[in-house]
Amino acid sequence: MPNPRPAPLPASVDATLDLLTGGSYVADRSLATSLYLALKLRRPLFLEGEAGVGKTEIAKVLSATLGRKLLRLQCYEGLDAAAAVYEWNYARQMMEIRLAEATGDRDRDALSADLFSDRFLVKRPLLQALEPDLAGPPVLLIDELDRTDEPFEAYLLEILSDFQVSIPEYGTIRAAEPPIVILTSNRTREIHDALKRRCFYHWVDYPSAAREREILAVKAPQADARLAAQVVGFVQSLRGMDLYKAPGVAETLDWAQALVELNQLELEPTVINDTLGTLLKYQDDIARIQGSEAARILAQVKTELAATTAR
Amino acid sequence: MSAADTPAARKPGDRLALNLMHFARALRAAGLPVGPGKLLEAIEAVEAVGLGNRADFYWALHAVLVTRHDQSELFDQAFHVFWRNPDILKRMMAMMLPTVRTEATTNQPEMSQRVADALREAAPGVEAPEKTEIELEASFTVSAAERLQSKDFETMTAAEMAEAKRMLARIALPVAEATTRRFRPDPSGPRVDPRATLRRMLRAGGDLTDLARRRRRTRPPPLVVLCDISGSMTRYSRMLLHFMHAVTNDRDRVHSFVFGTRLTNITRHLRHKDVDVAVDAVSQAVADWSGGTRIGSALRSFNRVWARRVLGQGAIVLLITDGLDRDAGEGLADEADRLHKSCRRLVWLNPLLRWEGFAPKSSGIRALLPHVDDFRAAHSLNSLAELADVLSREGPRRHEGMRRWLKEAAG
Repeated sequence: MPNPRPAPLPASVDATLDLLTGGSYVADRSLATSLYLALKLRRPLFLEGEAGVGKTEIAKVLSATLGRKLLRLQCYEGLDAAAAVYEWNYARQMMEIRLAEATGDRDRDALSADLFSDRFLVKRPLLQALEPDLAGPPVLLIDELDRTDEPFEAYLLEILSDFQVSIPEYGTIRAAEPPIVILTSNRTREIHDALKRRCFYHWVDYPSAAREREILAVKAPQADARLAAQVVGFVQSLRGMDLYKAPGVAETLDWAQALVELNQLELEPTVINDTLGTLLKYQDDIARIQGSEAARILAQVKTELAATTAR
Repeated sequence: MSAADTPAARKPGDRLALNLMHFARALRAAGLPVGPGKLLEAIEAVEAVGLGNRADFYWALHAVLVTRHDQSELFDQAFHVFWRNPDILKRMMAMMLPTVRTEATTNQPEMSQRVADALREAAPGVEAPEKTEIELEASFTVSAAERLQSKDFETMTAAEMAEAKRMLARIALPVAEATTRRFRPDPSGPRVDPRATLRRMLRAGGDLTDLARRRRRTRPPPLVVLCDISGSMTRYSRMLLHFMHAVTNDRDRVHSFVFGTRLTNITRHLRHKDVDVAVDAVSQAVADWSGGTRIGSALRSFNRVWARRVLGQGAIVLLITDGLDRDAGEGLADEADRLHKSCRRLVWLNPLLRWEGFAPKSSGIRALLPHVDDFRAAHSLNSLAELADVLSREGPRRHEGMRRWLKEAAG
């Protein structure tokens, strides 16, 4: 439920870090810094990184901790203004025309003025984001921007710099207060410099081992500490290998949860082989890791863990 | 009979105009869009700034004759060569400009072949070198253009190259278009366009009129060119770069890579409109010209680093290589397989195919062949035009001609 009184925006990097932690998001300080700057200077934040490192999650956490509405625009190829910004409710408009004809009590000018009024305007995420909200400006998540085509990207330029939308029949809608905008990209395509220039940019990297253990402790608390340490160690060494697609944080969480479901207290080679599909998504990669390679990595992880606990 | 020979043109001011005209012609020959209107403007501009200062003169001409940033380099070269020519300058100075000083002529960077050719033709008083080859050409019965079409890139002269480049720019691969999710109005389209219908109704005062219709827009799919620039490809690589440049500037969503022992993305360099500047930029960006080839590792780094970024939305891949691999095809089959699976169509262009008795025997070629959809020659304009023909048809994913090659490779 959104709070009746919105939480204030964080006043420092530390406060931003606390805010994220409050939403059970374990963040690096670099990310908190860019986020703080974006919030403070009211600029969109452009997040790029491999799939599954928690880019989308940031927007969700922000919306939850700040008590703001979350508006999500999932991008896809061919996304156009009708699906992203607004559309007229054609069926209702036609019905209105028919009704006016049937009753015959309205003149043409009044009808056409009424046809393009608020009543018939279907608002999509981008337009909704410009509207005032009691809880403060909403969080606008433009997800996987790299999936759209260039025309839409160019369209975004106006919205992201001026926070306004022009509707020919209706007029220009301008946000009294700009929304908090988070853009994400998996880099399946380069985003144009013109768009990047209007945003703060942050590359979301894989977390360090310590950070990833914290994430596991927060997000998968059922997992035994020793199991979690082994899982993180295993995943981290996989990321160092020459794989087609290295596992992201989301995969680590999936794997830990799968192991908990299987009542594992410790990693074993056979269990790894059976559950590798939660971690690796390419058959080539699975074939490479399965069997002796997995056993070797596991042995290495265990010795390292033993060394650190003994110290 | 040129204007210079009429008595009226012998006045000093006209002498300058004449030189400016020759300069403009040189620029035009070098590829800059300089028309007569520009020339008149240039004359006005030079008159306005006067001739006392060489820098003013330069920038006045620059302001008028250069319309895009990337033309600036060619202009600069042409300017320094043309206005340094002692003949022109001596005559100019003798007549009217005792104050103009010649620039030091040292350290002139090697000028591009184009500017040199253009100046040789356009500069007054400089005789073009004798063209002995003209007699030779006369003995052929086919027209020059026709011969050029089938001529190997390897054996072309500079003039033929220039002509070939012009032809290349016209090839422009009409790739079969892919349907997108966007719409365009079309009276016989399969879908009703409610927005347009409603607007039409309002125009008719609320009466129901014809339904407006629309259909899906199409656009060419992304094109990815992977070109081998190793030692065995040297004779072709420059021409192929011109080909890649023509294709890159013909449309959006073209990504170009070159590889020898490692892979280099040259898309940005090729986007430069001027082909010579673009090719120069590429040669500076690429460290492994004319070295060995590691096709497997090049494809591997493409698959890992670039495939996900450039192969989206159903890309067509042109792989240009002779298939001669230093690693003897090791690891090549797996990477080619991966590449094949992630694109709409994988077309292999091989200049070796021009030899009559070509047989797919080398290990690199045998590793690649099972994973490509089409196998074609790429040594002449004709073969590249044929390629355009193939790509413009949707056709089956694997070309029927492939069966023969696969059989030969296996046999």
